[in-house]
Amino acid sequence: MSDPVWVPLLLSLKVAGWATLLAAIAGTAAAYGLSRWRWPGRDLLDAILTLPLVLPPTVLGYYLLVLLGRRGIIGETLAGWGIELVFTWQGAVIAASVVAFPLVFKSARAAFENVDGQLENAARVLGVGEAGVFFRVTLPLAARGIAAGVLLAFARALGEFGATLMIAGNLPGRTQTLSVAIYEAVQAGDDATANMLVLVTSVTCVVVLLAAGKLVPIGAGQRNGGGR
Amino acid sequence: MSVDIQVRKTMVSGDRRFDLDVQFSSSAKRIALFGPSGAGKSLTLRAVAGLLRPDAGRIEINGRVLFDSQAGICLPARSRRVAYLFQDYALFPHLTVAQNIAFGLRRGWLNPRRREATREAQRWVDAFELGAIVGSYPNEISGGQKQRVALARALMLQPDILLLDEPFSALDSQLRGKMRQELDALQRQLDVPMLLITHDPADVEALADEVFQVREGRVGRGDERVGL
Repeated sequence: MSDPVWVPLLLSLKVAGWATLLAAIAGTAAAYGLSRWRWPGRDLLDAILTLPLVLPPTVLGYYLLVLLGRRGIIGETLAGWGIELVFTWQGAVIAASVVAFPLVFKSARAAFENVDGQLENAARVLGVGEAGVFFRVTLPLAARGIAAGVLLAFARALGEFGATLMIAGNLPGRTQTLSVAIYEAVQAGDDATANMLVLVTSVTCVVVLLAAGKLVPIGAGQRNGGGR
Repeated sequence: MSVDIQVRKTMVSGDRRFDLDVQFSSSAKRIALFGPSGAGKSLTLRAVAGLLRPDAGRIEINGRVLFDSQAGICLPARSRRVAYLFQDYALFPHLTVAQNIAFGLRRGWLNPRRREATREAQRWVDAFELGAIVGSYPNEISGGQKQRVALARALMLQPDILLLDEPFSALDSQLRGKMRQELDALQRQLDVPMLLITHDPADVEALADEVFQVREGRVGRGDERVGL
């Protein structure tokens, strides 16, 4: 495969992989927190955390620039430590993970709220501490819902365009992911490259979906619903 | 064996309000709390197990204080050394019968592995005649088997007392009589004290040495009608 295809593909996978990891951890943690503890402001926080799902990616990109740019609130501090996020692949990771976050968060919250509290109580009475209850009962019972969310998050991160372009730009070999490369190829009238990129993107998505189907076979989690 | 329980708790949900104020003590080995549903029996049992924190009161089992609002004592559920048989058994749907039985032997963040669990649970599997189903999942076994698994899981930790929440209500009437006999024989064999809550006079008849009536959140002895 030629460089104009291979390089953006690898970069896209790297960015989407890291972004999915970040979104999976943060989304699961936030979902657990919001599903368990009642406190004022919970609904507002839920709305704010879901915002990236409905906001135009360019608006998110703009917010990220304001926060992470060299004169941004967080960016200024980071720059002091020698960390630059704007126009880097790490910036693209941040953009993709913010966009993908609500997909994990929403699925995980629904999954946690579906876990029967009686089972958690049964584990407590059997002498298991709170961390044990989470890792041995709550998380395994919610795993299927969380996995579905993580999968969607990966697909979303792989296709990220707007926010990525705003914060990471379009630097071939450094921040030019598949979707950005396709946009540029079409703009430049380079139909051959565009066709190839579109094909590669589609195939990658199919492979991801197939792999995911193997990881989370339909029906494997059905016993989770039984025996209640 | 001695049980000394005083529990006060006010539950408010919406505009409904329920005052629980139960107080009883006994030195019988087999105690039943008898009364209609909604009388506060389950709340009392949950308070003893540490799954519900009373507003005030004191809970002492065999000289061991589990809760004392004046002394500021409230042991967490995991440290109370009580066995709890939930009404619907609360077997972990994602674990095999062997893993369910061995669950309480492991204190860490990981569930017992399948093969390991089988070895640890073996004695109880034999005693409860569960050999044929050790590798099955809870949704694959019958109601009577579920109850045996739940009993084995709770009793293998050698608890100070066995708490039973309407133990036969999930079974059909034929099986109910058989399981009642089984539990009766098991209790005599293990010589484990038990506190049973039920609305079925046949349970009281078969399993209780001393009976307390519960009505509208209050307790009276034997046939005495409380608050009437």
